[in-house]
Amino acid sequence: MTNITAPMVGKIMKVNIKPGDKVAANQLLIVFESMKIEMDIYAPAAGTIKEVAVKEGQTVESETLLAVIE
Amino acid sequence: MFESALTSLISGIQNIGFGQIVMILVGGGLIYLAVRHKIEPLLLVPIGFGAVLVNLPLSPLVGSSHGLLQIIYDFGVANELFPCLIFIGVGAMCDFGPLLENPKLLLLGAAGQFGIFLTIILALVLGFGIKESCSIGIIGACDGPTSIYVSSKYAPLLLPAISVAAYSYMSLVPIIQPPLMRAFTTQKERTVRMAAVKKSVSYPVRVLFPLVVTVFTCIIAPMGAPLIGTLMLGNFLKESLVAERLSRAAQNELANVVTLLLGISIGASMVAETFLKGETLIIFGLGLAAISLDTVCGIVLGKIMYRLSGGKVNPLIGAAGISAFPMSARVVQREGQKADPQNFLLMHAVGVNVGGQIASIVAASIMLSILGGVRFPVFT
Repeated sequence: MTNITAPMVGKIMKVNIKPGDKVAANQLLIVFESMKIEMDIYAPAAGTIKEVAVKEGQTVESETLLAVIE
Repeated sequence: MFESALTSLISGIQNIGFGQIVMILVGGGLIYLAVRHKIEPLLLVPIGFGAVLVNLPLSPLVGSSHGLLQIIYDFGVANELFPCLIFIGVGAMCDFGPLLENPKLLLLGAAGQFGIFLTIILALVLGFGIKESCSIGIIGACDGPTSIYVSSKYAPLLLPAISVAAYSYMSLVPIIQPPLMRAFTTQKERTVRMAAVKKSVSYPVRVLFPLVVTVFTCIIAPMGAPLIGTLMLGNFLKESLVAERLSRAAQNELANVVTLLLGISIGASMVAETFLKGETLIIFGLGLAAISLDTVCGIVLGKIMYRLSGGKVNPLIGAAGISAFPMSARVVQREGQKADPQNFLLMHAVGVNVGGQIASIVAASIMLSILGGVRFPVFT
């Protein structure tokens, strides 16, 4: 089980996954914005999405849990 | 009667020169890039439009002191007012937090200014005067307002070419930097992950920082007071948290209105006689050299820090030392993620980037102070 956390303070722009989705390693999961710069968050490993902890438009702190891959 | 009316109607066509036609096409080209390819539309649309307006034959907009664009130019560009007003907005947008968390990053910001000085030497070798060379070198700061500030003071005739070069290269940062970044780093260096920044900066530090930097810079380089003073005023408005409305006004309304006025007046300074010269092309070439050299100097210091830290610093962040904010921080993030999708260098890159912003203003201030020193003994 792998937790995906926010690399820094920012805002969730786009969530490309929902629980139950199968994802490959380095697949684009979430688009995140910090200081007006968009960043992509990719899957660290292949697996199934167990949980998505954030919604689009939500502001997150550094280390906030974004999603869990199993 | 009828004949003379007809003559004055077609006098526009009779008075148009080859240079004007070229400049109208240049202005049209800038508008095209902005509209079609979305390249810096907020700047290129007003600049392009200004360039078209001013090159229409018998245009009453400039030349006489009643010309609309002449009034705007004299009001804000000729006396450095607009760049300073923009800096209040830039200061309010800048978050110095990542830099304060890791002050070593300021060194990389400073390294990003070496290209400026190397370019000044190049320009001197090519036969430009010292004041013109300094104004050209400052394109390497990759910072429009600073370039305008310095050149309006010391090389007003080169101002259109220098400001257009500075703004064009700012928008070309994502194209200019990556090949250099890849050429000067190894795959292993690019994949270095830097620890997430956790320590948060306390309120007193955030508030004191702009004040301390202002006082310090103004003591060593008094000529830079308007630039650093306005930048840090903006930052203080934001960080003090008590003047939020002013901070927001500076970031949005003030910055937008001044960008519009600045844009059309730069466009209006692009008259054929001063812009269509071999010099303009040389300035564009030197500007490109300045930005490339800045990037390389930043990366080289990044590599030195990589060695000294035992592989903990990713040399890519050195490329963010030019002050094109936040473009070059974004480029660093992209390149780092290309090498390793799980790599997030943004915070570190932003730290270097705002460090570069400060360093470029300090570099400009020192230059102005030295040039000021050169000038005064001659005239007094």
